[in-house]
Parts: sequence; structure tokens; C-alpha cells
Amino acid sequence: MSGVVLQRRGFLALVAGSGLSLAFDLHASALTGGSVGAQPGHSFKPNAFLRIELDGRIVLIAPAPEMGQGVKTSLPMLLAEELDVGLDQVTVEQASLDATMGALQEAGGSTSVQKNWLPLRRAGAAARWMLVGAAAQAWGVPRAALRTERGEVIHDASSKRASYASLAAAAAQLRLPDDIPLKDPGSFRLVGRRQPQVDGPAIVRGAPLFCGDQRPKGCLVAVVIKGPVFGAKPLEANIDALKAMPGVVDAFILEAIGEWTGDLMVRSENPCLQAGVAVVARNTWSALKARKALQVRWSQTPFDGDSSDGYRAEAQRQLGLPGEVWRNDGDAEAALKSASATIDAFFELPILSHNSMETMSCLAEPLPGGGMRLTSPSQYPSVPVEALHRVLGIPKDRIELRIPRLGGAFGRRWESDFSLDASAIALRVKAPVLLFTPREEDMRHDYYRPFESQRIRAGVDAKGKLVAWDQDRLVHSFRSPQTPKITARQFPVNFIPNLRMRARTVASNVPEGAYRAPPANLHAFFVEGALNELAHAAKMDALAFRLQLLGEGGEIKETRFNPARMKAVLRLAASKADWGRPLPKGSGRGIASWYSHGGYVAHVVELSVSRSGVVKVQRVTSAVDVGRVINPNGAEQQVQGSVIDALSGALLQQITLKNGAVEQGNFHDNPMLRMPDVPRRIDVHFVESTLDPTGLGEPAYPPLAPALVGALFAATGIQIRSLPLSRHKLNWS
Amino acid sequence: MPDFVLSINRQQLPVQVDADTPLLWVLRDELGLTGTKHGCGEGLCGACTVHVDGKAQRSCQLPVSTLAGKHITTIEGLHPQGQHPVQQAWLKHDVAQCGFCQCGQIMQAVAFLKATPKPSVAQIDAAMAGNLCRCGTQLRVRAAVQTAAGVKP
Repeated sequence: MSGVVLQRRGFLALVAGSGLSLAFDLHASALTGGSVGAQPGHSFKPNAFLRIELDGRIVLIAPAPEMGQGVKTSLPMLLAEELDVGLDQVTVEQASLDATMGALQEAGGSTSVQKNWLPLRRAGAAARWMLVGAAAQAWGVPRAALRTERGEVIHDASSKRASYASLAAAAAQLRLPDDIPLKDPGSFRLVGRRQPQVDGPAIVRGAPLFCGDQRPKGCLVAVVIKGPVFGAKPLEANIDALKAMPGVVDAFILEAIGEWTGDLMVRSENPCLQAGVAVVARNTWSALKARKALQVRWSQTPFDGDSSDGYRAEAQRQLGLPGEVWRNDGDAEAALKSASATIDAFFELPILSHNSMETMSCLAEPLPGGGMRLTSPSQYPSVPVEALHRVLGIPKDRIELRIPRLGGAFGRRWESDFSLDASAIALRVKAPVLLFTPREEDMRHDYYRPFESQRIRAGVDAKGKLVAWDQDRLVHSFRSPQTPKITARQFPVNFIPNLRMRARTVASNVPEGAYRAPPANLHAFFVEGALNELAHAAKMDALAFRLQLLGEGGEIKETRFNPARMKAVLRLAASKADWGRPLPKGSGRGIASWYSHGGYVAHVVELSVSRSGVVKVQRVTSAVDVGRVINPNGAEQQVQGSVIDALSGALLQQITLKNGAVEQGNFHDNPMLRMPDVPRRIDVHFVESTLDPTGLGEPAYPPLAPALVGALFAATGIQIRSLPLSRHKLNWS
Repeated sequence: MPDFVLSINRQQLPVQVDADTPLLWVLRDELGLTGTKHGCGEGLCGACTVHVDGKAQRSCQLPVSTLAGKHITTIEGLHPQGQHPVQQAWLKHDVAQCGFCQCGQIMQAVAFLKATPKPSVAQIDAAMAGNLCRCGTQLRVRAAVQTAAGVKP
């Protein structure tokens, strides 16, 4: 086997290096492990990201998990671009967890494209360089006389062409130089053009792409039932009765391991296994029937009396206390007193559950010798490995992780609970276990977008300039009265001379997790809502007010926020949305913008409200600046998807607690937007940019809700400061 | 456990399951037909949609004992190469994001278009209202159904 695999050190240089120095040794007939195919042959595998098979097939590897954000297409586009092949000419394979890929396998924070932008381009360029070199040698011509196009090396002068497949064996013999040039983006053929997603045909025919679709021989199905109050432990259960049920293989109490940590930051360092009752069966229906037949006594917790009403009352109580001052620029109090017009607004946002269509799942297959093979839909595939090691004591080098397609994630699958549950059960029953989560368990045992409320007092001068800002944040904290350490630098910090930010904690028993665009998914509603109210108080147009606030300054170093880019998306959205054109009473437009995860997004929401208060969003106009867009097709989907997601949340969704437990359980009491209520138009406009790409999974989410609320006010004069809208009566006359 | 013979995708398939087993789990666990998905288990989301005698039904609500003599079509049986006109329309518009809900959407659309070949947008919205999509692909679902109907989106 003369395929060459990049030596680990060299590969790391490829991934982490400056792009200028790619020195590593290649032995002509290196036989490094991990290559495909055991027979002698001529497969070409210059690095972990692409190979040419013996049969000539070009295979590109997609490093990061695909959860609908499009990276199984956009990342291979980077490889294909530099390699000079079409996506239609290759097979794309999802990578399994590969320690050498490091952070390139992380799908979160809207960072996959940003992290992979240079490493994947270098990987593709390296392979192309070697293939060209092979042709140059074979034809006795200089490199400079050759070009590549769609999988061929071409010598125009003699009209010679050679496919990459035909050159693969010879290319594998070559050494890489220190310096491989990347394409000038001006000559990109793929990047920037609409590409259909690579799994399209497999999806529409129902191919087994998701974790729950895998059924290895001997696989059992497990369901875990956790206590209605977070952290409750099962004291006794009718285990024997369950085990006697047809199809049930085992039932047992899953003991907690480690401290139950509902706090996001603590949990990332200290994974734990939650207590529950596990039912293991030959098939899903038997497991579900056992779940229905379960009788269990849960331990008492100090939180058994918690309720959303109680949390709200606590927030009000906290508001009366001094709080911690996180920022104090100028003299906000004095500036408020001398302002021409002021607002005093109290905003509230509820808990949200993630509701991905695929509920939490994981396949855990014990390996001989004490290891584990996971098929885990994890957003950060190294996280479950670490968790299995720390919590279950499985050596890391004995854990394999295959990455399936994820049925939506939105931050939920960053957690390791589903991987831990499946693995703990699989170890106990000594068989492959597919963890299945019924929708009710998924909705009631989430790691939620927490509640938060804010009181914003702010004032403008006679010219409508924002001169005073006093922001009281009532921040959620899991079980702790201590305010979490957060740097106070969100917008509009740096833009108002007199700004005070204070924080207090409202502790709850609700486990907090990452929910699409955290924490912007809270802050934008409060801040942009306040800006819309201030614009109205100043008798200014909401767009003009924002443009004035953003001013003419340059990029803020602290946050890398560039006001000029924000103004550009505001203007773009406004112009495309016919901002300023009058609408009849009962119809209105609202505008909002936000910078998060490196991206700048502005939305204009246009809606109408019937006299009886039925809201119909007519169209949303979105303007987006995320630097260079890799796949405009996928990018458009992310913006439209974020808009619909945010509309669902704003119009319909909340999780509430009573008697310590989540009240909602399925889509009848925690609904999602249905087709008739999805706007007919969500027009997406991208700023053409040559800046390096940033991500788009999240940035379009935060500014939608405040734009919606602004539109509602314009249409009806009704000022909404808490969501979901379904809590409010919106009838007007 | 009793025996049932189900007519699925033009095949007669024997299964041995409890009589109250929903068709969804028979498909996924006993027959390896995993294109039909669990989204809610309560008939609220449409991810489990199949055709029973040509009509769209939520398979999570269909006990296997009620299916004697009925002809069931799943996403796998819609077209041998996955190239039913609705599937092709779905690819033309690249509808899916995560893809989990899409088989249910396609099955719903196929049955709907058979009954209403030239639908208005309002009719499409009403017909597809039972299919949830968390990722927000609804605009493209609309466009794909229109394309499949030969109506300009």
C-alpha cells in the first residue's frame, strides 16, 4: 500500500500553522495506519481531509457535525475549491471523531466555517500541488505551464489532460514544499455559488442518516425517566413489575455520578450522570409501555415548590435591591434627570426549550476490552469522550465516536447527557443500547434558554441623541445567589456617555444550556426594544435613531464591533423593505439589528393585526453581513430558518414551572409555528464582502423578536415588553 | 406475541409484535424502515406520516392490529430510486436543513397533491399545517409543493 498519510506532526502544522510553513517529511511508501483498503494499490491520501480511492473516486471529508447548518456541504466546498473539483464529482464522507482534527470538528458558536477556512483550503491546495507535480514530472513540463479544472490537470500547449485519479499514485510519491499558495478568492469557482446540500438525495428517500436509524445486531432500546423536579432521585420503583413486562430486558435505577450541575459553565468542566429509572427493551414500544407502567417515588428537593410565578416575584424583589454595578460610565442618574425624554421599561423573556425534531438519542456499543463505540449526535464530539472518561472511567483511547446526521441541535447537543446515559446503560446490560427519548422527556429534561428580565431607564436629549442609559439586569443563575461573572460590554456600551449596568441574580432550579445565539437571544430583545421605545419618545424614525446612535466611529476593539457594518445592514434591510412607506392602521413595520458571533444582521418585520388581535407576519426583510458567504444557498436557509425559529419563540413559546416541575410536554402546549403562520416572504440580502467568513447559524436569530415587537407597536400602538405574544391580548380599535 | 402480515410498499411482510404497537415502531424496529420518524408520539408533528390506502396518516397513531388488508406506503416505497416528482421538487429547491422532518413532509405533500393537483398557496398551507419543521424550511416546502404541482412558486 503506497498511499501516503500525513505524519501527525506535519498534519498539525497544516492545521495550526501560519499557512506559510508546511514542512513535513513524506516517505515514498509510508504505511501509516488509518488508510482505507488493505491491498497494495495506489490510493492517494495526503491528509485526513481527502483521498483518491483505487477506483478513482475522490472522497472529501466533512470534519464537523451536520445539524442542518450546512457544514457537510460548505466545508467540503473549501476542499473542493482549492483542489479544483466540482462537488458533483466527489463523494463527501462525514468524519468520525478524529483527535488530529481538534477544533475543526466543533459545530457551535457559528464558528465551523471560520475555524476551517484556512486549514481546509490548505489541505485541498496541498493535494492539488502534488497532483500537478505528478503531471509535470510525467510530461516533462514546468508546473507553471499547467492548470487544473474539475479534477483534471491540463497542459494547454500540448492539449494533454490527465485526471486526478490517473495521477494519484505518482502524486503520493512527492514531497510537499514549505509554501503552498492558496487560490486568490477572485478566482473561486465554487465558493460563493449556490450549491445544493450533499445529503439531499439521501434525505428525500429516507436513508438511515440519523443516530436512531442505526440498528446493529443485538441492539436494545433504552428509555430513561428522570424526576419531574430537576435533581430529584428515584427512591423506589416497581422495577420487578417492569422487568416482567413482555419485551423488557432490564429495568434499574440509574444512580447519579458526580454532582448534578445544571449550570452551563460548571457542567462543561464537570460532567455528571443524572439519576433516573432506565428501562431497556427489545424494541421501542415495549420500552414505552414500561415507561407508562412505571411507578416511582422521587426524593424531595428544596425546589419542590418552585414556580414561574415565584421566579417572577423574586425578580421583582431583587429589583428593589442595590445589585452589583458592572459598569458605570459618566453619570447615568444625572443624565436621566436632564434628558428631554425618557423611558422606563421592564422587559421579560421566558424559558425556552430546544425542541429539535429529533429528540435526544445516542447509540452506545460496548467494545471488547472495555471500550465503547458511540454513534453520538454531539455538536462537539470530543465532549462525550471526555465525559465518558471522567464519569464512567472508560479510557479515552478506547472510545470511538461516529458522527451521524443531527436532527437539529440549536445548542442542545453540546451536552453529554445523552452520550452518558446510553453508555452507562450499555455497560450495565453489556449490549449495544440505543437511547431513545420520548418528546415529553425531551421537553421536560432540557438544558434550557433561561429566563431573564431587565429594567431599562434611558433618555435622549432635544436632538434625539441617546445620552443616558441605566440598565438593571436580572440574570438567571442555577441555584446560586451569586451573580455570574459577565463582562459588561454589550451594545450600547461605548455609544452612550452616561451608562450604568447593574446585575442581580434570580436563582432557579432550571438547568441552563446554550440556546441558539446565547446570550444575544436575550439581550437583543431588551436593548433593541428599549431603542425602539426611545426612538418613539424622541419622535424619531427607528432607523434614523439607530443610525445616529451608531455614529461615525470605527471598530470597537473590545468587541470587534464595527458600527459601519451595522449601519450598512440596517440601510440595506430598510431599503429592501420599503421602510418609510406608509401602511394603514393595523399594519406596521419594525426594525432591529444585532451583532453576535461575528455577524451583523438587521431585520424589518412587516405585519398586520386584526382588530381581534390576530397577528399575521406578512414579510420579513433581512440584511446580513457575515463576510464572504461560502454557500449562498445554505446561508439563505440559515437566515430564513433563524427568522422562523425566532418567530415561533416570540409568538408562541414558553416553558413554565409549577410545583417544581416543567408544565409543558409536547407540541400541544409548547407549540411551534405551523405553515399557515409562516410569512409568505422572508427576503434575505447579503452584503457582498471579501472579508474572511464568519458564521451564520446564530446571528440572524436575536434581532427578529424586537423587530416584531416594534412592528406591533407601529400597527396598533400596543407596546409589548414580554414574550410570548400569546400571553397578551392584542385587540385594538 | 401475535403475528401480523402487513402490506408495505407492495410487499407482504410478516411481523410478530403486540397488537397495540403503532405502525411507526413496527416500521422502525421490526422492518428496518427508518425513514419514518418519531417527532412527538402524539400525532402533532407529522414526522411519522405514511400512506394508508393512499391517504396520509400519522403512523404513531395507528396500532398494527387496525391495518389488516390495508396498503401502506412509506417514504422508502414512494419511488424505487427516490425520484418521485415530489422528491425531485424537494431536491430542486433544496428544501431540507437538518432533514429530520422531511420524509413526513414529502409523504404529506404526495397524498395532498393527488387529491388537490392544482392547489392555491392557502390550500398548501392548510394541507401542510400538520407537519412541523423546527429548522424553518417552510418557505421552500411551499415552493417545492408548487413546483411539484406545476404551479410557479
